[in-house]
Amino acid sequence: MGNTALLLSGDVDFMIKGIFSYNCFGNEVWITTTHVCTLIVMLILIGFAVCANRAIKKANTDEAPGAFLNIVELLVDFLDGVINSTMGKNAGKFVNYICTLFLFIFLSNISGILGLRPPTADYGVTFPLGVITFSLITFNKFKHQKVSGVIKGLCDPWVFWIPINLIGDFAVPISLSLRLFANVLSGTVMMALYYGLLPIFVKIGIPAALHIYFDLFSGAIQTYVFCMLTMTYVSDAIGTD
Amino acid sequence: MNISGDDFIRGCSAIGAGLALIAGIGPGVGQGIAAGHAASAVGRNPGAKSDVTSTMLLGQAVAETTGLYGLLVAMLLLFVKPLLK
Repeated sequence: MGNTALLLSGDVDFMIKGIFSYNCFGNEVWITTTHVCTLIVMLILIGFAVCANRAIKKANTDEAPGAFLNIVELLVDFLDGVINSTMGKNAGKFVNYICTLFLFIFLSNISGILGLRPPTADYGVTFPLGVITFSLITFNKFKHQKVSGVIKGLCDPWVFWIPINLIGDFAVPISLSLRLFANVLSGTVMMALYYGLLPIFVKIGIPAALHIYFDLFSGAIQTYVFCMLTMTYVSDAIGTD
Repeated sequence: MNISGDDFIRGCSAIGAGLALIAGIGPGVGQGIAAGHAASAVGRNPGAKSDVTSTMLLGQAVAETTGLYGLLVAMLLLFVKPLLK
């Protein structure tokens, strides 16, 4: 009767595991699977960026672009279109952040296909993403609406609504990060249960369909939602002027 | 039959996890309503299909959050077992 007491048999394995620990000023710090998977995702992204940069520099405008360049152009076109249609004239300043966010979250979400534990299935990864978005929102609010506008927004219908409005503001990063975390975690747990509990003959072929749903589809949707909500909140904070 | 305190808490945690997943009813109904309205909107105006679809997916993903909170509570009860510590 250990940790798996509630599970019937097999080894269901989706927890974050420590790989090794070291001492950091007297505290024990663990390097976990999340760190390793984040590093792998980052390495893939850096390799992709270097390849894309080289392909763009070598591109000849007189010929049709190759396959790789075509894919890069498709990606940039898609992201530009989404950001322009959501943020309008404020798009230029935020394209970099949103594209980075999109690529990182997307690759993290679908890294379950590569056999990694998705880094976004760790609340320690998604919460900082939510906090970054929250600071972006707050900074833009103070920059564009000034202090008087922020105070006016806080006591919107009435002065006594201040605590409720404050709670509403601070719920934004928590709900953003929890949504992403819970979605990816549910996919990871489903796959772990499927692989861990069932007999061997159903594990051939069928998991491919499950991977497409839980990793690709759900991951892509959640990436889109996270970026979309970030853009909506930030353009809300900037206001119409 | 002797049931120790730990086993009792474990069993109650499992029941609680099952009850927590009742939270999945609400988002299911809500998402269905959203999809139905999106379908009728596309039927009336087929040209706006991509806009309607992306708006629907965004709204559904936001509505799903409450169900996911229920899932998180069930997950905590089953695998982290906060009541046993």
